[in-house]
Amino acid sequence: MSTVDNIPKNNTSGSKMLQVMGGLGALCALLIVMTYEGTADRIAQLKDEALQQAVFSVLPGTASTQQFYINADQTISTTPSDNAATIFAGYDANGEFTGVAVEASGRGYADVIRILYGYDPVNEKVIGFYVLESKETPGLGDKIEKDESFLANFQSLDVELNESGDELKNEVITVKSGEKTEEWQVDGITGATISSRAIGAMINTSANERLQVIQDNLSVIQNQPEQ
Amino acid sequence: MSQLVKDPKEKSFFTTLAESPSTNEFIKGIWKDNPVFVQVLGMCPVLAVTNTAENALAMGFATTFVLVMSNILVSLLRNVIPKEVRIASYILIIATFVTITDYAIQAISVDLHKSLGAFISLIVVNCLILSRAEAFASKNTFIPSVLDALGMGLGFVLALFSLGAVRELLGNGSLFGMSIFSDNFQEWIVMILPAGGFFTLALWLLLFNILKERRSHGK
Repeated sequence: MSTVDNIPKNNTSGSKMLQVMGGLGALCALLIVMTYEGTADRIAQLKDEALQQAVFSVLPGTASTQQFYINADQTISTTPSDNAATIFAGYDANGEFTGVAVEASGRGYADVIRILYGYDPVNEKVIGFYVLESKETPGLGDKIEKDESFLANFQSLDVELNESGDELKNEVITVKSGEKTEEWQVDGITGATISSRAIGAMINTSANERLQVIQDNLSVIQNQPEQ
Repeated sequence: MSQLVKDPKEKSFFTTLAESPSTNEFIKGIWKDNPVFVQVLGMCPVLAVTNTAENALAMGFATTFVLVMSNILVSLLRNVIPKEVRIASYILIIATFVTITDYAIQAISVDLHKSLGAFISLIVVNCLILSRAEAFASKNTFIPSVLDALGMGLGFVLALFSLGAVRELLGNGSLFGMSIFSDNFQEWIVMILPAGGFFTLALWLLLFNILKERRSHGK
């Protein structure tokens, strides 16, 4: 092993420092940009796949999906406009409509929770649920992703619209674990009260906001557009 | 390898290896100067991402990669970087490799990136890496610097894994996501919460210190 002791005795000139730091900065920038360019496609592809997988899991029987956009003027189209929200329509192997996957988010215990839920516009029910992003406490709050009896809430959760069609007939609400009596109630989790309430509340808010538009534009999304 | 031991007078490959100073550069990080159990460096990832064995390994290898790459660059540039701006330069080098690691992990698995979360970016401020750059790589040539980084990195991986495995086993009843115990096992949820990190670290440090004590008494 050779130890090199080469710390200069006299002070380094300012221009030398500038040169070294500037050069180093350029080298580092080059390395970062090269990695970014090299991985960008694959990262985008993986994220797409993960989202696709999430849509499949909230809409049982889905074989293909199509992205739609809810525009600010309450119309639905296949091309995005400004401030448009994304929804995904699912179709089975025969091209039959299986439902719509809608994204919702809200404040949980630790941070914002982002979820995807499947909506069956024909029976007016939530038919699937998937957590896209959550930083809830491991072992407690993260039960919203794993607890089987909690997930069973979303196999058939009533989100029927009222007669004028502008609001939910019954507000979706999370109740204490084991106290669910109605179709539109979510059975909470003991030890994850705040997280499970947050899920009920975000589905309620999102359903009130989105379901009417989806019902009004059902003809647009029910038939799979030609690829 | 048989050619190496043909001459009986010649030392075997492994004896030479064990006696060489390079081996010492490598081994010291794993045992004698283990970054976690002896130097107690880089506690943020040690406590935060060791709630499962998988997270612990991923974090360990990500840190090792940054450590090796930054040690290489620091040792190659040790005659170029003026001492007045060396810390700024090292941080720049380290931050670059952390960013590269961040993209690489995203490209490997979105789920893994999700579970490591913000802690990948925080490798930048892991004092283990800066301390190796400053204390070793800036004064040594290429090969010893690489060996030093590999040894320290491996020691870090081992330490993280020791914590992660214990915490996942007790806190979740599983190892690498596979259930180990029967369904009757009651998980110690505290072990995967932050407090469990401190408990587990304390127990490992205790064990390490007892072993060291015994060794010095034995002599």
